[in-house]
Amino acid sequence: MGFEVLLKGSNLIRLFTGILVALRISMISVMLSIVFGVIIGSLMTLKKPVINITGKLYLEFIRIMPQMVLLFLVYFGTTKAIGVNISAETASIIVFTLWGTAEMSDLIRGALNGIPTIQYESSYSLGMSVRQTYIHVIIPQIIRRMLPLSINLVTRMIKTTSLVMMIGIVEVLKVGQQIVEANRKSSPNAAFGIFATIFALYFFACWPISIFSKYLEKKWEN
Amino acid sequence: MDEILSIRNLTKSYDDLTVLNQINLDVSRGEVVVIVGPSGCGKSTLLRCINAFEKIQEGMVKLDGEVINPFKGKLNEIREKIGMVFQSYELFPHKTVLQNMTLAPIMVKKIKKKEAEEEALALLDRVGLLTKKDNYPRQLSGGQKQRVAIVRALMMHPEILLLDEITAALDPEMVKEVLDVVINLAKEGRTMVIVTHELSFARAVADRMVFIDAGRIVEEGSPIKFFESPKTERLRKFLDSFKYI
Repeated sequence: MGFEVLLKGSNLIRLFTGILVALRISMISVMLSIVFGVIIGSLMTLKKPVINITGKLYLEFIRIMPQMVLLFLVYFGTTKAIGVNISAETASIIVFTLWGTAEMSDLIRGALNGIPTIQYESSYSLGMSVRQTYIHVIIPQIIRRMLPLSINLVTRMIKTTSLVMMIGIVEVLKVGQQIVEANRKSSPNAAFGIFATIFALYFFACWPISIFSKYLEKKWEN
Repeated sequence: MDEILSIRNLTKSYDDLTVLNQINLDVSRGEVVVIVGPSGCGKSTLLRCINAFEKIQEGMVKLDGEVINPFKGKLNEIREKIGMVFQSYELFPHKTVLQNMTLAPIMVKKIKKKEAEEEALALLDRVGLLTKKDNYPRQLSGGQKQRVAIVRALMMHPEILLLDEITAALDPEMVKEVLDVVINLAKEGRTMVIVTHELSFARAVADRMVFIDAGRIVEEGSPIKFFESPKTERLRKFLDSFKYI
């Protein structure tokens, strides 16, 4: 079935290292996206026309643009246009953060707008300060509302990292291709074994996140 | 009489629409004032002006002799003294009944959690909801939620309670269980300003009735005079609109 290739040399370790590269890029991007998404999403709720139009344009631009085009634009484009030479990994983190920030800010904006003003007032009427109201009343509700959609975004980001091999990053899919190529003669079935293994690696990277999200949803359901 | 709340020449407008026009109203300690009037007459806005949720364009609101709207200090300090219950309950959905009640006392009054919980349980027992202490708001009926909202406001030991159409969103069979709680509070001598559409309840609970129409106080007086012999044609028409023959 082609699984025997896994045991040859350091192939298995190389695959693991590959998935770690993918996870590193996506996790750093997710963290940055959350930070920037919270800032931009909160700004969008201020209902200032300039901020809203800019934010909307940004979100639409990122949504329309295929991630691969963005990757090429940032990685190859910046070198020529600005003369800055950034590493492929930095380029991919920039692209994934641009994407994550756009989606995350939209989620934050929606969740913030979904909480009616009177819920804030109910907290203020109990003598709570603005800060206490946000910490104890508003933010916990925002997190609960956003959880399912943001988890979905995180897993989508992890999966989409497979594109970064297009700008030369050796992540799990690239490693897989290399192994298949190298063993074309000795194990013609290597492709199945290797890609099935990659499938399993992605699955076990994303599955715990879904499980954790389901657990929190259930816990918060009551 | 010992005046606790005093509203003078209060005028509230949005752009060129005047919602409240030169309102004067005094509430004594222990008095229950019930405000009625047609929808959109400004009665809910008046309540919101009392705890400074609305900016006012003219006049002032005083609580215990201190000007609270327009207010210049920290609003949360003044709101601590004014309990408010909303039509839509506005419990915190992510907190249990007990947590809803103890959050503000612990955070604002810095009361020990155990003490706050003891007080909350005693209050829940009084409104017949002790068994619901660990439930979340969504597991409660509207009437139960509103009773929790009332005792949650009481936890802050407010000097005055503002009730804003607290039964308007309830199914008819739940109205009484909520209003009974309010009538008991009135018997205890709580100071309250109540906006409602329940005229029979208003009559039972009020020390004084106030009729607002088009942003002005049109008529006020004792419940008996107010309901039996209204002086103004507008109040008579308003009261008639509740009668079926």
